[in-house]
Amino acid sequence: MTEYTEHLLTEPRKDTERFRFIWLVTVPLVAILFQVYVPRFVSFLSYLELPLLITVHFALSSRAPIASVFYGMSIGLVQDSLSHQPIGMFGIVKTLVGYFAASVSMRFDVDNPFVTFILSFFFYFFHQFFYWVLDRALLGEALSFDVQQTLIFGLLNAAVALPLFRILDKLKVTG
Amino acid sequence: MDFFLSRYRNLTVLLIVIVAQLLLIAYQVKTNNNVPLMRVWAVTAVTPVETALELVRRYTWGFVVDYFVLLNVRGENEKLKQDNGQLKMENHYLKAELGTADRARALSVFQAQSPSKTVAARVIGNGTGANSKVVFIDRGSTSGVESGMAVVTPDGIVGKVVDAYPTASLVMLITDPTFAAGVISQKNRVRGTLKGQGHNDTLVDYVQNEEKVDGGEWFYTSGDDRIFPKGFPVGQVSAARNGKNFKEIYLNPSGLQGGSVEEVLVLLQGVHQQIPDGEIASPGYKILQPPADNVAGAPQPTGQPTALATDADRLREQYKQIGTEQKHVFGEGIPGSKPPDFTKMQGIRGASPLPSLTPAAPPPTKPVAPASADASATAPKPGGSQTTIASPTGDSTATTPQPKPGPTAPILVTDPTDADPGSDVAAPPAPKVEKPAASPKPATSPAAAPPPAAPKPSVPRNP
Repeated sequence: MTEYTEHLLTEPRKDTERFRFIWLVTVPLVAILFQVYVPRFVSFLSYLELPLLITVHFALSSRAPIASVFYGMSIGLVQDSLSHQPIGMFGIVKTLVGYFAASVSMRFDVDNPFVTFILSFFFYFFHQFFYWVLDRALLGEALSFDVQQTLIFGLLNAAVALPLFRILDKLKVTG
Repeated sequence: MDFFLSRYRNLTVLLIVIVAQLLLIAYQVKTNNNVPLMRVWAVTAVTPVETALELVRRYTWGFVVDYFVLLNVRGENEKLKQDNGQLKMENHYLKAELGTADRARALSVFQAQSPSKTVAARVIGNGTGANSKVVFIDRGSTSGVESGMAVVTPDGIVGKVVDAYPTASLVMLITDPTFAAGVISQKNRVRGTLKGQGHNDTLVDYVQNEEKVDGGEWFYTSGDDRIFPKGFPVGQVSAARNGKNFKEIYLNPSGLQGGSVEEVLVLLQGVHQQIPDGEIASPGYKILQPPADNVAGAPQPTGQPTALATDADRLREQYKQIGTEQKHVFGEGIPGSKPPDFTKMQGIRGASPLPSLTPAAPPPTKPVAPASADASATAPKPGGSQTTIASPTGDSTATTPQPKPGPTAPILVTDPTDADPGSDVAAPPAPKVEKPAASPKPATSPAAAPPPAAPKPSVPRNP
């Protein structure tokens, strides 16, 4: 194991940074509003999954699987409520994303931009793929899954995640 | 058990949450019933913010545009757009009625029947999910909107209301992968099911490969789905080909030009309409006018035939001319009767002098009378319709029409009886042939104009 990989695989941090409650509510709401409103004018931005990135960031920074499970579920259920799909599709996917992100955050140095980029990309792809699986398995809809397009948008979402996580880190308070 | 729950607490919570949501989905799918309370909460929380954002965006941007750029034009344009949309609807309705009955009956029907009752709405946001094509509109159940109502624009159908909330409604666009509607083609009356594809094009499914669908053909709603009234335009065929089981027909939705809409009409009370017959609403292909100029771009003089562009045309004209001179009508006469004497024919080489045999006629140094005869003989008419030739000797006197141009043997290899007697109808008028003894016809082409010095000397001869 090289020095760099040891640097990436670190022990969990001991400091306790957390979000204020107001930001915990406002930030996902803004992300969902962005997803609902902005693509009307810039259609390309409809592939920007800000609610997912918010879930991933919360899970990576909180490192609390149970809290991340409920946080991801809440964001997903609100997304479901604004779609025409049965409620629970986004909820299940984001629940799993929250759990796994919180789990891997205990083993990785999530402050490292490279790790953040890789995890964001991975969780975007996981989110899209698992949603597609649920769509086919539970609802029986024969939707297509474009791997190449998903990979490209995963990279774009991961690129957006880097500055977004920096901004969200500023909202955290220590104590 | 306690040990298990404490040891695997995270995993246990995850499983409980997942199973709970799975049960929730199963309940919704099984009962075909969603969870209205949760949706109402979410929509009520989000749509007012959306509306406020939209208002802020519109009025801040509109303020700048109205007062600094366009003044009152923006409001006037909005009003004109609304009026134009309403007029398009009325126009479409009137066209459909007038196309199937006489004018008086159509007018009486129009007076008796009121068109669809609609309510205008504005799109205020998109639904979540990259694959789904749903939008929110700012009209809800308080405006009379209900689930299952059709949403249209004057250009075509847009989608249907899938959920109606008090202040907003969720509209599934026709491009959504789960959308379906009954459609019928305008020209061949082929019925099918319109399906969304998740992108701008839509598919008409369940059409047998044996059915005939033309490119550019229009599809209209058939009214079979009990959501869209019959006779609303859906789109134009962008591609149609045979598939494995059914025909693959792709439509370009006319109601979603550019893939998005701003203002829509919700049909509170739809009225079925007739599908217009005959001409397509707007032609998809534009055919250019044929080129006005002739081969090589030579200008055509007025009154000259323009179809004699080939050697075959010239030969046929010569045959017809000889037949006319000898009072022979092609296509008549019994077999064995005397044919016309074609030995006087000059051939196409005689009609259009070859450069190797016919040197360019030099400008005459002496006045030649009559000047018009000289001009018509030396200058070939456009289209090669003349029958006179220039002498290969280059003698200026040989430029007058010769009755028997011996040296220029015609390349007559065609049976003269092959001439189509019926072609006189379709053929252009034959050019007038200069007879050797008669006074030649003056050329009208600019290229055939005599040199400036040629006609002048004839003036002193006629004091």
